[in-house]
Amino acid sequence: MSPTASALLLTAPAAVPLAVAGAYALAAPRTRTSAAAFAAALTEARQRVPAPGSVLVEEAPEPTNVPQRHWRDWAGLVSPAVVLACGSLLAREVVDGRPRRAYSGLLRADALTAWMLLVVGAVALIACGSAPAYLRGERDAVRASERTVWRYHVLVQAFLGAMCLAVVTANLGVLWVAIEATTIVTAFLVGHRRTRTSVEAAWKYVVICSAGIALAFLGTVLIYYAAREAGIAEAWALDWPTLVAHAGRLDPAVTRLGITLIILGFGAKAGLIPLHAWLPDAHSQAPAPVSALMSGVLLSVAFAAILRYRVIANAALGAGFTRVLLAGIALLTLALAAGLLLAQRDYKRMLAYSSMEHMSLIALAAAIGSPLALSAALLHIAGHGLAKSVAFCASGRILQLTGTARIGRVRGLIAQAPPLAGVFGLAVLALMAFPPFSLFASELGIARAGFAAGTGLSWVTAAALLLVLVAFAALTARTARMLLGPGTPVEESPSGLWPLALGLAAGAALGVATGPLTDLLHAAARAIGG
Amino acid sequence: MSTGLYTQLLDLACGAFLLAAVIVLWVRELTAIVRVFALQGISLAALAVLLGGHEHRWDLVGVGVGIGLLRAGVLPHLMRRALAVLTADRQRYGTAATETRETQPLINVAASLLTAALLTLLAYAVARPLTELHPTPATRALPVGLAVVLIGFFVLVTRRRALSQVVGFLLLDNGITATAFLATSGVPLIVELGVSFDVLLAVLVLQILTTRMREAFGTTDIDDLRELHD
Repeated sequence: MSPTASALLLTAPAAVPLAVAGAYALAAPRTRTSAAAFAAALTEARQRVPAPGSVLVEEAPEPTNVPQRHWRDWAGLVSPAVVLACGSLLAREVVDGRPRRAYSGLLRADALTAWMLLVVGAVALIACGSAPAYLRGERDAVRASERTVWRYHVLVQAFLGAMCLAVVTANLGVLWVAIEATTIVTAFLVGHRRTRTSVEAAWKYVVICSAGIALAFLGTVLIYYAAREAGIAEAWALDWPTLVAHAGRLDPAVTRLGITLIILGFGAKAGLIPLHAWLPDAHSQAPAPVSALMSGVLLSVAFAAILRYRVIANAALGAGFTRVLLAGIALLTLALAAGLLLAQRDYKRMLAYSSMEHMSLIALAAAIGSPLALSAALLHIAGHGLAKSVAFCASGRILQLTGTARIGRVRGLIAQAPPLAGVFGLAVLALMAFPPFSLFASELGIARAGFAAGTGLSWVTAAALLLVLVAFAALTARTARMLLGPGTPVEESPSGLWPLALGLAAGAALGVATGPLTDLLHAAARAIGG
Repeated sequence: MSTGLYTQLLDLACGAFLLAAVIVLWVRELTAIVRVFALQGISLAALAVLLGGHEHRWDLVGVGVGIGLLRAGVLPHLMRRALAVLTADRQRYGTAATETRETQPLINVAASLLTAALLTLLAYAVARPLTELHPTPATRALPVGLAVVLIGFFVLVTRRRALSQVVGFLLLDNGITATAFLATSGVPLIVELGVSFDVLLAVLVLQILTTRMREAFGTTDIDDLRELHD
């Protein structure tokens, strides 16, 4: 492939969503000189005094622009399609293990990049595909005005762009900037309702994630310091491949401090202990498609950063250090998630804690670190992204249908809305790692790798499996309570459910056979030291 | 500039930097805290300019001036404006003071100052390997940066006003920037720009959220954020 073509493929995943965000921003519902979503949000926060009467008038549907409005909702699908296309084209190029670079190494694609792009694209396709139905529901319930919908589109597209930038960059400093940018653009998506719960969730989200990720920046600075002292030139001292190649020369004491901070910091964004407290609040308060994106891919994009740093740390310090750190964090997170799942009364929070459970399994696989474990971790990232985004999108529809997020108040969903209940039930089954869904294969892989890795890790794996069983029981009981029982059927068109069905089918297909993705999966595991 | 003078000025800037963080723990009036924070921004900019002048790197001097504008000008201005919004409609009732004062921090002032001393000692212990790797006047001052990071974290977890938490976050960030300057004369320009932009946006977001918090809860006391729990 020519350099121009690979530069194009590397630029498009980040640039196209940002361009779409810009296009949405320019197509503001009311004339406004400032196009930036941020400035608009800023002024709006000051100017608008919540007055229910006036809001209702403003939000009354205007029949003249209905077709245009729907066209706008669907335009959001452009970016996931581009990300998926670039991901597959890059996958074909890099599967032989030779990475592609652009802009003197600033952007770089190896097999892990291609894999993550495919996951981001697939999850974004589900989220953006179910967004029109979700937004229609919000408009019908007069919870969303034209302005909030407009802001939703701008921020979601910017969010996608920032995530893709984090995936395609090889510069660890830019990686940090991109991941912090995701926090900022999603803050107003989490706090979109201005209710007490929504403001509280947004505040916790921004404060905890920004402070946590600041630690990761301190770690990045320390790694940069160690690299400079190891004689690496300024321009390359944050370049991931250069650092991996020269990791043996990094000062161990400084690297140890840096890596600890990085794992804690990016761990905050990946929902791992000790800075996990934002996760259930933010995921339960955000609009359903945004929860799907945050839970399905944002957590794994942050964890992919840890996977990258793990390679540097293992070369500089030996595998023992990150293994102990990650295994400890994984086990504590898993215990916390399983415990809180048992006592859960809110189904969106239940799904959020299930995300923590799955992220800790991925962290455990990274701690094990054998080729099998790393392949399983990457497969788990994909399987979890698909299943969790379907579950969150379905939960958003359930919330619109029933008007409550309490598990105790939802009863007999199968009788009320069979297609929706079926999709939600299947997604939760997938999250509980039932075959044929791919989470079954990946959990099996992680367990096998764990028991093959020596006594210490075998015990950790055994404890983890026990905790997964607890989470399994909790999820079964809660979901069965919601789905079963008597109920009166409601008018519910299943036409909006196709992205969810597609996601479930993809998850199941991935569980039966990875097919053409097998080579990519193994190449990606090799790229991060498997 | 002679080496002796450079070292003394560097130590002076670092001393002022750390002192500002400690004073933030001491005073309770939020307007005073913001003023102290601006002074810390100036000492941070002085640090960068000093390092740039010493190494004859004019780009670093430029970065220092930019950082000074951001951290001593723009960010304090944003916080002052947030304070003004919070107190604007409270003047009539004479309750404005409750919004602009850190009335009851989780840990009282004396204990806070003591903790700051302990955190500084901890920073010196942690930074030993960092200094040993390449001992220069700049890296010998590295513990100061880490101490401010730790103090920032301490402010973040023990203060109850929303804006004090923002100050804690910014102290944390100042500390990291100082660490970057002292260790390696700053991170590459593209990263520095990205980081500054992110910090600016984060503060803008937090400022808006503070206003919304006032609308939703009637106060900016973090202790009132207890709707979401398990």
